[in-house]
Amino acid sequence: MTKKLLTGNEAVARGFWQAGGKVVSAYPGTPSTEITENAAHYAELYAEWAPNEKVALEVALGAAVGGARSMAAMKHVGLNVAADPLFTAAYTGINAGLVIISADDPGMHSSQNEQDNRHYALAAKIPCLEPSDSAEALAFTELALDLSEEFDTPVLLRLTTRVSHGQSTVELSKRTEQSIKPYVRDIQKYVMAPAGARPRHAVLEKRMLELSAYAEKTEVNRLELRDKAIGIVCSGAAYQYVREALPQASVFKLGLVNPLPKQRLCDFSAAVEKLYVVEELDAFYEQQLKSWGIKCCGKELFSLLGEIFPPQIKTAITKQDTILHEETPNLPPRPPVLCAGCPHRATFTAIKKLKAPVMGDIGCYTLAAGPPLSAIDTTVCMGASVTMSHGLAKAQENAKVKPLSVLGESTFIHSGITGLINAVYNQAQITVVILDNSITAMTGHQHNPASGYNVRSLPAPVLDLAALSKACGVEYVKTVNPFDQKALTAALKGAQEFVGPAVIISKYPCILLPYVKRDKPLFVDWEICVGCKVCLSIGCPALSLKGTKTVIDSSQCTGCALCAGLCAKKAIYGRDNK
Amino acid sequence: MSSITNIMIAGVGGQGTILAGRIISLLALKATYDVKVSEVHGMSQRGGSVLTQVRYGDEVHSPIIDPGEVDILLAFEKLEALRMLPLLKPLGRMIVNSQEIPPLPVLNGSMIYPADIDQRLQTFSGSLSLLNAYELALQAGNDKAVNTVLLGKLSQNMAFSLSDWHQAISAAVKPQFEELNLRAFDLGAAYDD
Ligand SMILES: Cc1ncc(C[n+]2csc(CCOP(=O)(O)OP(=O)(O)O)c2C)c(N)n1
Repeated sequence: MTKKLLTGNEAVARGFWQAGGKVVSAYPGTPSTEITENAAHYAELYAEWAPNEKVALEVALGAAVGGARSMAAMKHVGLNVAADPLFTAAYTGINAGLVIISADDPGMHSSQNEQDNRHYALAAKIPCLEPSDSAEALAFTELALDLSEEFDTPVLLRLTTRVSHGQSTVELSKRTEQSIKPYVRDIQKYVMAPAGARPRHAVLEKRMLELSAYAEKTEVNRLELRDKAIGIVCSGAAYQYVREALPQASVFKLGLVNPLPKQRLCDFSAAVEKLYVVEELDAFYEQQLKSWGIKCCGKELFSLLGEIFPPQIKTAITKQDTILHEETPNLPPRPPVLCAGCPHRATFTAIKKLKAPVMGDIGCYTLAAGPPLSAIDTTVCMGASVTMSHGLAKAQENAKVKPLSVLGESTFIHSGITGLINAVYNQAQITVVILDNSITAMTGHQHNPASGYNVRSLPAPVLDLAALSKACGVEYVKTVNPFDQKALTAALKGAQEFVGPAVIISKYPCILLPYVKRDKPLFVDWEICVGCKVCLSIGCPALSLKGTKTVIDSSQCTGCALCAGLCAKKAIYGRDNK
Repeated sequence: MSSITNIMIAGVGGQGTILAGRIISLLALKATYDVKVSEVHGMSQRGGSVLTQVRYGDEVHSPIIDPGEVDILLAFEKLEALRMLPLLKPLGRMIVNSQEIPPLPVLNGSMIYPADIDQRLQTFSGSLSLLNAYELALQAGNDKAVNTVLLGKLSQNMAFSLSDWHQAISAAVKPQFEELNLRAFDLGAAYDD
């Protein structure tokens, strides 16, 4: 056996491989993305990027029904998209094991909300495991597949950012091959029309009772009896924080977080003097404990918001005052920015001139919401740009300008396309701008159906976004290079004047892609620069103000010349062109 | 808990903080310590502040360093060093790249980059090494080697042997960058302040 330092995500991929897994389907999303990237490195596994999480879960379900151990991985909000198959897969059950990974993001390090996906396990009535470090991430992934087969149910594995992206030591084992189970046609089990679904609901309820009994005996729910003055119920990252903060306290560590081991928790509460529940986000355990009449203390002491760290646990439970150490206040913040040379910046520069409402979406381009660009009015969920501008246009019927929808190609394929079909069908007055940078950039460069490569970077068919838009019935479709500002501005103007939905594909590859050529850096001629600061309005990190004039950082400048085009005095140019 | 070493690595997205964390954790693992590392990727990669935390010792639970418990701060940028200063132990150690990378609010003139960072860092009660790792990296052959220069400086007061450092670096970087990084490390390790 070898010991290695792995991230939780690497450990999940490893656990899936060790357990004889076969099929992985996923859509990227921080902090879950590296699970699939790592799974793709194992030759025995079939891994793919799906266009969205619903597709991913259904593919994995099909593979599980087809007899192969399977996994679907996503970030927490991805499970909203995949919720439809989730709830009914709980009815049908599986054939070979199916594990669904939900990587939650308490603290919203890179998410639009911090929903607590343990609720999904409760609502869909499926078992949920929650590891607290990488070793458990590996072991629980293996266990999830075993449980899935033992109880004939999909199993949810809930991670959080700190477990997904934290590294700790893991013992590696070999792969245990699993033979593919025969596919057996079983209409009563898999056709969930009412007649078939009613008996399956009964099966589901019976299974939950069996799982509750299992929860009472499984070793992943662990009693750690130490000083009995304080007893703490916890799981996941919070378990590590509790051990750090109060090493002497007794702990009931939950590994299986749904269904809960009611009897063992009652016994624990009786064994300790004072019972606390330390859980990030919602009062998921606390409410259930209280509903059983167990007295405990949880959200009176701990926030429903964000993460809970050891100092807060110590202060809240021991009532000791601790000195607060905070980062130095009043320093300039360092927010993430669109990179120098990013094609999105060029698109927004042209869009801003339209002075139209801009319904935004989720991707690198969301960074354009911040100053100085401030070019996006809304960001809700993937695909919502297309649909919300249609709704906005219906509400603001007498507005002079069409609202814009701005979204990346990965987001368009994920869930923008249905909105576009709706826009055509219902005669929306909107302009949809697809920012096609040939990659899913925000989550760290994953391929997608429009990029021409698959998860293993092997060539794949390229989705033609213009043809797709036309096939949906959009009559005004233009593809332009955003760095050709004249062409883009003309295309946008045409789209705004066009009656009916229009689509503009603003196409230029992400500047961070290795094959993208950079031009020579530009410089500012101080003889000509009048210090008007117009060039600074695009928020390029290569440009800064030095005294009253602008300078360009040649180590960052990619020569995209967007700033040069804005300069009325023509003070920005390349060393060679004058 | 004093048997645990807490190292915080602060910098700007794209500077190679994650690699520095990986090299330190490989060394700690080889020395048979229990090791935990925490980092957050995603949004913050695009030129924002980034933080990697490495903890090692006999038994480590939390991957996160409590504020005020940082033994060593490895700061890849001066403003980021100042930001993290209050999180250090009073007798902690700070290794700071004196390079200035202005954040967006400074670039566009809406805020100013503090001019007194050096003085404010000097008030630190522990030990401070301020070096121009950017220059040293260029000297080694590439500005991308800022991280290994800083690791070289860090190595001066650590229990790991020079050959272990070299091995960990060779294991963590791509073969084509091995020589560059070893050179950069040696420059940092030889730097006297
Ligand atoms: C339902 C859902 N799944 C995944 C994510 C994570 N996520 C945020 S942005 C993004 C992709 C953005 O790609 P694209 O639209 O091509 O824009 P780019 O970042 O390349 O500019 C993803 C997958 C999410 N926020 N919501």
